[in-house]
Order: sequence, then C-alpha cells, then structure tokens
Amino acid sequence: MKSRGPEARSTGGPQGLPGISTTGRRAGTFCLVLVLALMGQATYVQVFRADSLDDNPANQRETIQRYAQPRGNILVGADPVTGSAPTGGRYAYKRTYTDGPMWAAVTGYSSQTYGNTQIEGVEDDLLSGTDSRLASWALWDEITRKQNPGGDVYTTLNNAAQQAAMKGLGNQTGAVAAIEPATGRILALASTPSYDPGSFAGSSTADQDAWNKLQADKNQPMLNRALRQIYPPGSTFKVVTAAAALANGVVTDIDAPTSAPYPFVMPGTTTALVNDTSACDTPGQSLDQAMVNSCNSVMGYLGTQVGLDKMVAMAQNFGFNDAKLDTPVRAARSNFDTAMNASQVALSSIGQYDTAATPLVMAMVAAGVANNGTVMYPQLVDKLTKSDGSSVQVMQPAGYRQAMSPTVAGQVQQLMTDVVETGTGRSARISGATVGGKTGTAQQGIDNSGIPYAWFISWAKPSGSNQVPPVAVAVVIADSNATDVTGGGLAAPIARSVMQAVLKGN
Amino acid sequence: MASPSAVARAGVPGRRLVKSRRNTELVLVLAAVLIAVFGYVEVGVNIDGEVPSGAAGYGAALGVLALLAHGVIRWKAPYADPLLLPIAVLLNGIGLVVIYRLDRATPGSEAAPTQLLWSTLGVALFIGVLVLVRDHRVLQRYAYIGALVALVLLILPIFFPPVYGSRIWIVIGPMSFQPGEFAKILLAIFFAAYLAVHRDALALTGKKVWKFQFPRGRDLGPVLLIWAAFVGVLVLETDLGTSLLFFGLFVVMLYVATARSGWIAIGLFLAAVGAVAVGWLSPHVHSRVTDWLDPLGSIAAGQGANQIAQSLFAFAWGAVLGTGLGLGHSILIGFAAKSDFILATIGEELGLTGLFAIFLLYALLISRGFRTGIALRDPFGRLLAIGLAAIVGIQLFVVAGGVLDLIPLTGMTLPFIAQGGSSVVTNWIIVALLVRMSDQARRPAPAPEPVADPLEHP
Repeated sequence: MKSRGPEARSTGGPQGLPGISTTGRRAGTFCLVLVLALMGQATYVQVFRADSLDDNPANQRETIQRYAQPRGNILVGADPVTGSAPTGGRYAYKRTYTDGPMWAAVTGYSSQTYGNTQIEGVEDDLLSGTDSRLASWALWDEITRKQNPGGDVYTTLNNAAQQAAMKGLGNQTGAVAAIEPATGRILALASTPSYDPGSFAGSSTADQDAWNKLQADKNQPMLNRALRQIYPPGSTFKVVTAAAALANGVVTDIDAPTSAPYPFVMPGTTTALVNDTSACDTPGQSLDQAMVNSCNSVMGYLGTQVGLDKMVAMAQNFGFNDAKLDTPVRAARSNFDTAMNASQVALSSIGQYDTAATPLVMAMVAAGVANNGTVMYPQLVDKLTKSDGSSVQVMQPAGYRQAMSPTVAGQVQQLMTDVVETGTGRSARISGATVGGKTGTAQQGIDNSGIPYAWFISWAKPSGSNQVPPVAVAVVIADSNATDVTGGGLAAPIARSVMQAVLKGN
Repeated sequence: MASPSAVARAGVPGRRLVKSRRNTELVLVLAAVLIAVFGYVEVGVNIDGEVPSGAAGYGAALGVLALLAHGVIRWKAPYADPLLLPIAVLLNGIGLVVIYRLDRATPGSEAAPTQLLWSTLGVALFIGVLVLVRDHRVLQRYAYIGALVALVLLILPIFFPPVYGSRIWIVIGPMSFQPGEFAKILLAIFFAAYLAVHRDALALTGKKVWKFQFPRGRDLGPVLLIWAAFVGVLVLETDLGTSLLFFGLFVVMLYVATARSGWIAIGLFLAAVGAVAVGWLSPHVHSRVTDWLDPLGSIAAGQGANQIAQSLFAFAWGAVLGTGLGLGHSILIGFAAKSDFILATIGEELGLTGLFAIFLLYALLISRGFRTGIALRDPFGRLLAIGLAAIVGIQLFVVAGGVLDLIPLTGMTLPFIAQGGSSVVTNWIIVALLVRMSDQARRPAPAPEPVADPLEHP
C-alpha cells in the first residue's frame, strides 16, 4: 500500500487493504465522473442534437418565436394588404388581411395552424424576420438572439387592375392574369371563387372550422386558378401557331392566300377539322382571315406545316413545359406535348388535345407579342425591404425568351388587332386605345358535354402610341351561369375592364 | 490572521499554518448573493422591461440569511471550509430566481415565497446544527435510534393519499413534506456509525467463495436488513429515485469502509436484477424506461411530446448561451416544471454555459465533502462526510441524468435548486454537518505541552 502520510496510516485499512483515504478518493472520483457524464450528455443534447430537436414538429418553440412579433406586410403600391393582430394566446400575433378574398391569389395565406403558401410562404423568412439579410450585425444578433422585425414585400400588382379583374369575374369560376409586357411585372392575379385567408390565420377551433369548410367546398375556393391550374387554351393558342408560322416562313404575308385546304383532313386520319363558322369553310384563306374568324382548319393545317419541333420550340418560348416558372410563387407547368403525330400536332395547334396552360402563361403569350417578341420573366415581387423601409432586394426585369423577331411580332400584333377590330374579339374594343386580342372557347368533358372554357388574351395601348403596350391580360372562365359561353362573350369584357384600369392609371 | 499558536514550525508534527479563510468566505457569500439578485433583476427586465420591485427585498432576505449563516460559522466553526456556505447560498439563490421566473409563467400558483420561507427554515436549521452539534462524533450515539426514526418517517406516508402516483408525502393541512428527504441523512449517519465499528470484521472475516469474500451474517446482517427495509418501503411507495439514492449510498459507503471491490460488483448485479424486475412488473416504471430509450417515440405515435421530450426541447432551445432568464418556454414541460424538471429551465435560459457552471458548483461542493472526509481522523466522521457528499453527487446524477435522458426519469429534486421544502431544509442540514466536520478537519491541533526548546534557550 502506498503511504499517504500520517493520517492515512493512522486510519489505514485493515491488513493490506487500502484505507479510507484511498477508497474515499476513488469514491469521490466516481462522483465527479458522474458529473462529467452529465456535462457530456448536456453537450450532446444542447449542441449536437439541438437543431434536430428545435425542428421537431412537436416542439412549439419555433412556432412561438415566429408569432412573437407582428409579421411583415405584403403591399400593393404603398398600401399594405395584410396586417397583424395580437391574439392574447401563446402565439402572440396572427395574420390579418385588409381584403382577404381580393388578394388571396397573390398573398396566399399565413396560418398558425396550416402553414404558409404563395408569397406568404416563399417570402416567409423575410416576413417572419428570420431572413439573415434583415440583420444589421448577423453574428451579434445570433449570440444575443435578437429577433429582427419582419420585412415587407412590395408586390408589382396594380390595385385598379386587380379590382377590375375581381369585379369582372364576379361569382363565376375563373381567373385573370395581367402582365406589364415590357417588364414582366404581374399587374393582376385573380382567381374566383376566392376565400378569406384571414379566416383561419389563428389556431382556434373557429380557425379549424373555417379551414375544414374551405377544404370541403366543391368549388375549390382555395385553388389559385391564375397560377396553379391549367386549362386547354383553345383558340387563344392560335396566336402561338400564327407566330410559329410567320417566324418559320410558313407564312410570309398575313393577307396573302395560304395553301390551306378545305376541308382539312388531318394527316393519318379520315377526320376533317371542323370550324365554328362557315366563313372559314373555303380553301386558301389568308392567315389574317383565319385569325379573325378563328378558323380551326387553317390554323391546324399551318401547325402541321410548321411541324412538331418548331411548334414545341415556339410554345416553350412563352413558358410552356416550364416546371419551374417561379414568380417567385411557382406556376403550374403548362403543357404542350413534345411527342405527337401530325394529327395531334394539328389539334394541339388550335389549343386542344393535350395542350393546357395557366392563365399566367397565356398572358405571357399576349405580352410577348406586345413586347415585340421578347417574353419577359413574370414577376410578382417588386422589392423586399426591412421594416424601416430600407431596401433588402430590388427585382430587376429579366428576359425570358426572344420568341420571335420584332418584324414577326408586328405581324402578329396586326393579326390580334384585326381580331378585336373586326373579328370575334370585338367586345374588347376600347375607344382611344389600340387593342389586340384573341378569343378561345375550349371544349371539355367527354364528347364535349361539359361547359366549355371561355378564354380571352389581349394587350392594349393608347391609340397612336409607339410604346410597348402597358398591359397584356389573359382571362379564363371555367364555369358560368351564362347561356352563351364563348371567349368573346364572357372573357373579353373582363379583359377589357382590366386593360382600361391600367390605361387609365398610366 | 493566523493565531500565534497556529504558526507553522517545521518539524513539529500536528502543527501547521492554518488560515481560517473566513474573510474569503464572506466575500464569496456576498458575491453569491449579488449573482442571485442579478438573476432576479434579469427576470424582471426580460419579462416586464423593468427592474422588479421585489429585487431589493429579495436581495435583502437572501443577504441576511447568508450573513447570519456566515456569522454563526465565524462563531461556532471558524476553521470550516470556506467554499461550502457560498456554494449553498448561490445554489439556493439561483433556485429561488428560477422558481420566481417560472411563477411568472404560472400566475395563480406562486411557489417562490414558500420556497423562501423554507430556505429560511433551512438556514435556521443550519444554524441550529452548528450550535447544537459541537462535535459530529456525538451523532454516533444516535445511529440506531436515528435509523428507526427514519424508517418510521418513511412508512408514515403510506397512510396518506398518493400525490402524482407516489406515496411519499405527508400532508397536514396546507403543509406537505417528504420524509424520505430527512431519512437520507439519518441513514447516512447509521451506515457511517455501523461501518466505522464493523469495517474490519466486514473486510477480513467470513467465507471466501471463488474470488469474493463474504462477510459473516452477524456483521453484515443488521445493515443489510435496515437497507432492505428502506428500499422495500420505497419500492412500495414507488419512489424509485430515493431507493436508487439509498442503494447507491449503501454501495459507496460499504466500499469506502471495507475496500472490498467485490461488493460493488455484487451490488451492481443486484441493482441490475432489481431494476429489470421492477421495470418488468411496474407499468409506471416500464413507461419511464420506454420514454428513456425513445424520448421522441410518443410524438411518432401521435400522442404528442411527453415530458422527457419537452425537457429535451427546452435544453436544445437553450443551446450554448441560453435565451436569457424569462425568455424561454420551459413551462411547456407542464407538471413538475419547478421541481423535478427545473434543470431544464436552467438549460434553456442559461444555456450549456449556465448548466456547466451549476454542475461545476455541485462538483466543487461534492469534492469539498470528500476532502473533508479524507482529512478527518475518526472513521465515523470520515464515512459520514463521504456519505453526505455522495448523497449530493448521486442525487444530482439521478435527477439531472433523468431530465437529460441519460438514465430513466425517477423523479427527485435537484439539491438546493428545485422547489420542495423538505429538500431545501435537508440540504442545508447536510451542508451544516459538512461545515461542522470540515471545521474539525481543518482546525489546528491543540497546542502541545510547552517543552523546553533548546533553540529558544541556548
């Protein structure tokens, strides 16, 4: 046994066994090892497992922190369309909306129970204050756990255009998308029937009831038809076909007779493509006549002449087949098939078969033509700021594709103008303005038994202006009580009032 | 400040330079009070944005208690270890602050005023122990009667209604206390007294079976009987934390007294068998084990977060630096947030940093207890000091390990910090005994008879 001095000897262990000095030290060491084990476990939990525990869905802390302060706002022009209200509960603030149904297709919702969507979702970090760009001293804020006030999202929307769109849609089922052609700024984004995102912003049973009711509603009020729903575009797609025919030299003079036969029996079939009006039922119609009267036989034939690959290329110039069209809210993928036989190409060229588009993409078609062939990337957000108004990020207009040459664009503009001046789109005429448009009435359902989709796409500029038109718009009506369901009858007047609202503002 | 009689002289056995260190203790005690008051102010500033009106009163109360205790140490135990009291004051002060902070989240059920009252009683008993127990060896005489009293105290709650599934409370009107808390001191005294007398017999006599030497029945019998009675009662009352503590205390003291490491092996084996048996038979314990192995399992099962999960969430949210007092959400733990789970609040609001500080304070307290034991001369005192220090260490491990998911949760109070009158009072008595014994251990030996020193009388 090791000698431990007089005290160890005086009370040393019996006969060669270690004394209390030794065993006591060992026991003491054991107790300190226990404390070390605790420190090790604390480090494991608080450092290495911290992130996964913080993110656990059953952990309310991130949620509590998120709602501890008022959320940043979404603005149209200089006016917020959102707000925050104290709840008095554990989640201190909840989202409010100044006019929820009016802007629901733009804002989306921010709910304590059901999460965040659309701008509320995409810009959530900024709005809730966690975006690192909001911090003045990121590292210090991290250490002191400073919560930055939520930033604000300024949208590109035009209040008057949105009001006109919602008023025009009324209690019909449909959607409107309006774009500023030169910049891609989205001016209106409306979907009906709409809903009040404020009705389920909190975490009470009333919020749950409101949500459940909306979810069960067969009219799908929470579906954003302007961005997230695709419809067969019908004859409005003929603008794309016309652009493809002109850009690829299939047609060079819009007023010259074409080689289009009548009747046009689709290649590989015995079926002739029928027209809605007898005005189309002669061979050799010019492109302009075909557009003004919306002749299926001519445009279907021209589509086959352009060919699959070049039709696909032109459609994709306007945003078709783009699964990541982020405004920054992602639009649903508009479809134009890339593998088809000639008869399918013919049908697709008049906006039928598998062709389907969001109202946003059809607005891009009108806007691309209006902007002399340059399709701009559609943008919903103008700038992001801190709560004090200082800028975090300013969006710049960005080109999407050069769809056609300015010359070809000018020809297509002429076609669209003629449609409105003398053709199926006459109800979109605006005095003192030049309007170009195209109607569409797409069949749906088995044997076309369903109510057709009424479409209208257009652009408008003040008469005599050499500038790019300040507005392009797409309107779709999916369900209406009207007896005459046509693009010209139902959709064109709505497009007209939206364009008027923008022209009046300029 | 060393008295002339304590001046060291090389080569003279038993005479060393011993400083009383009372002024060090005073400074540390005042610092402990200041830290606690600062914590109290931080709670107010973080929650209300202003210094709480009660801060001065709280500081004064804690300060008076601390200075009273310090004064009595100067008077009755001038050579006591200078760290014991400051650590006790700081832990008790932090406990009061955290309970006050949790009171703010549970309006209508304030616990801090009661806790302050119990702390006052604890300090009163601390003073009482120092005044009445002049020499710890006196306690040896009361070992058996103490063990009997402890057993009675433990059995009494069986006649009272269970609280939260455990029959460990005696409820008289508005007052309630846990006799098991007091029993642990009495048991430590009994073990120390018995083992001090019988350690040689236990270590050396008896039959040897294979590698292990078993003591004679008449040596180990009584202590084993007492211990079995205690553990048996506690298992009946489903107070597993305390039975684990008693078991650990028994094994540690037996080893320290006899140096027979074989006993540790046998003890651990018996503990494992017992744990598996209890875990198998008792649904209460079984669920604790399940929660320990998979604390987030109830979430996956769609039943929401259980208390262990909520506790882990609290620790995780605190991360390294904590949210600051008053800014966490440990109240989500729900029931027992101020008692068994109070460490989670510390982890969340003071972070890993604060938690380490608390653990180190305990480590210091424990090591000072062990040092006292090693420095003492009498086997009873040595075993008692080590036993008391081990109680603090094992209890800390059982409760902190439980809320940190290191071991199954058994439900115990964090010494000095958690809400619970019996616990605070008991811990003050433990520290009083350690102070008493450390005074004994550090006190310079009485001056030897004057002898003619050839050097002084040339």
